[in-house]
Amino acid sequence: MDLLRLATAGSVDDGKSTLIGRLLYDSKSIFEDQLESIEKTSNDRGDEHVNLALLTDGLRAEREQGITIDVAHRYFTTPRRKFIIGDTPGHIQYTRNMVTGASTADLAIILIDARKGVIEQSRRHAFIASLLRIPHLVVAVNKMDLVDYDQEVFESVRKEFAEFATRLDVPDLTFIPVSALHGDNIVDRSATMDWYRGATLLHHLEEVHIASDRNMVDPRFPVQYVIRPQSKQHHDFRGYAGTIAGGVMKPGDEIAALPSGFTSKIKAVLSPDGSELSEAYAPMSVTVLLEDELDVSRGDMICRVNNQPDVTQDLEAMVCWMSEASQLTVGSKLAIKHTTRWARAVVKDFRYRLDINTLSRDEGATALSLNEIGRVRLRTTQPLFADTYRRNRTTGSFILVDEATNVTVGAGMIRATE
Amino acid sequence: MKTQLSHVSYLESEAIHIIREVAAEFERPALLFSGGKDSIIVLHLALKAFAPAPLPFPIMHVDTGHNFPEVIEFRDRTVAETGSRLIVASVQDAIDAGKITEDSGPRALRNRLQTPVLLEAIEEHRFDALFGGARRDEEKARAKERVYSFRDEFGQWDPKGQRPELWNLYNGRHKPGEHMRIFPISNWTELDVWHYLRDEEIEVPHVYFAHNRDVFMRDGMWLGVTEFLTPDEDEVVENKLVRFRTIGDATCTGSVESSATTIDQVIEEVGATRITERGATRADDRTAEAAMEDRKKEGYF
Repeated sequence: MDLLRLATAGSVDDGKSTLIGRLLYDSKSIFEDQLESIEKTSNDRGDEHVNLALLTDGLRAEREQGITIDVAHRYFTTPRRKFIIGDTPGHIQYTRNMVTGASTADLAIILIDARKGVIEQSRRHAFIASLLRIPHLVVAVNKMDLVDYDQEVFESVRKEFAEFATRLDVPDLTFIPVSALHGDNIVDRSATMDWYRGATLLHHLEEVHIASDRNMVDPRFPVQYVIRPQSKQHHDFRGYAGTIAGGVMKPGDEIAALPSGFTSKIKAVLSPDGSELSEAYAPMSVTVLLEDELDVSRGDMICRVNNQPDVTQDLEAMVCWMSEASQLTVGSKLAIKHTTRWARAVVKDFRYRLDINTLSRDEGATALSLNEIGRVRLRTTQPLFADTYRRNRTTGSFILVDEATNVTVGAGMIRATE
Repeated sequence: MKTQLSHVSYLESEAIHIIREVAAEFERPALLFSGGKDSIIVLHLALKAFAPAPLPFPIMHVDTGHNFPEVIEFRDRTVAETGSRLIVASVQDAIDAGKITEDSGPRALRNRLQTPVLLEAIEEHRFDALFGGARRDEEKARAKERVYSFRDEFGQWDPKGQRPELWNLYNGRHKPGEHMRIFPISNWTELDVWHYLRDEEIEVPHVYFAHNRDVFMRDGMWLGVTEFLTPDEDEVVENKLVRFRTIGDATCTGSVESSATTIDQVIEEVGATRITERGATRADDRTAEAAMEDRKKEGYF
């Protein structure tokens, strides 16, 4: 059984919480004591029906105010797959939460109210999903019960969204007409929408092919930790521990270690239980042994002799700014973490700020504030071993950290390395 | 070529990545170990993360003094077998030294007293990162907590001011006196834990399996009769076949009726149950809807 991480974004009005509640409820992942607890709270608040949103709103402030303020994680399992839901609020002021939830997702569900059609918020969610390169996008056209399960309504939403999506980079786009409230096409097929021939939402989640989403072409191994037991028994053991960030690694591969550029061959790839693997791929945590004794330490990158990332101090990147206390502008100096490497970065050039509702570029803008996204050029104190985010979500991403407060203030996706 | 990890391998790789990252970036980490199944898994993962080298940090038990004897025996044997270094932060010692005051009465819990003892141990040993076995599926406040959970100089958690956590790029930067709680198995469920225990043939204390015990019903839970916990006059003691789903302080951890004596039977039982593990068996989470959130803000695990 494999694992699918999915991101959901939206507001209570879209029926998002009802949809998640429905997935959890119908897959028998809600426990009786949880249900009793939310029934009690719903009654206390005078809600008309059991408010499934309370399942995901875990903090006191969220329950009291009836809002979601953070990324909530939910888990459910079917006989086919295990699912991790990263559930985030959809309002524009929570763009940073959405970006956070999207960063690790294999699939995003965008909810559209069939009565309202494609609105600004739907476009924004689609844009963030494509910016973060979530490989699979599902548009759930919800509240079909309120438009008499009309096929034409569904088709017109589909057409409008698909048209907009051509401006984005969405590799896999699926539309499903649903009613989360009544359960149509969530787990069970809708009895009323016989015109829809596709999969139910859960069936799609169980079947969508994710095995080829990761980069299997460019071997990248950021060294995380050097294991040197210094015991009699393992006197000569020198293992490079880390998580494979791309490609396939196997014994006999000719490798180069960056930044030194020294070359060697892989002697063995050890799994965490110490057994020798015939091959390993992302995102496996392994320990790599080399034929030769090289000077390799944390922050270095092991790659193939004939397939190497760019070694660069200059990055062109899209950045989502996440700080309410400061802005990102030319001259801003920050700490940067890229793979297992920390450095300092300075903003050399501010290219544009993006209006994330219309996708138009504001080239006159000079700074990014909280929840804004834009393109900048960075110069780092040390070389980074980077690929574009399009090529590899791990070696193409970085975070920016405020050196005074230590808070994570920016998320970056590398567009070019020169 | 198979290129998709099974969900258990994925979770294992993710946890090992986190543990190695902490060992590389923090100066003085420690691993919180209670002898419960979740901390047993974190210890197992940590040993794997650095093999064949020994664990590069000590393990610490915050001991309420109200223990199941089997669990302490298990703890000491695990420490000996793995060659780990154990630090015990004792609630009883803190009470004896007059540093903290115990609530009186037959229903007094020591659970809350763990927090000042834990925080003092962190200060004394100058720990800057503490691994814990908390999982997000346990409780709704935990569902919102980061893998790297920042604590200020008072050990407090600020749920609304958490750092964004993106990709696998963890930010452990902090000032002296502040620290991080690290939760490598955040994304595991109770069932994932049991599957992993079975697949890896990891031993857990026997109280997790069905056994006969003198118990009495209080607040809808079967509590065990121990030297620390005696029933009120109107509470009837019965001998029942029970097992524990969680192991905490013996005075607030309830058992469930069960005939599951093997891991496979436990997995079957957990897969079929309709009650969450903390809902079924933890008095400490029942005091209020936001009991866990409030404890965590003060510095609890």
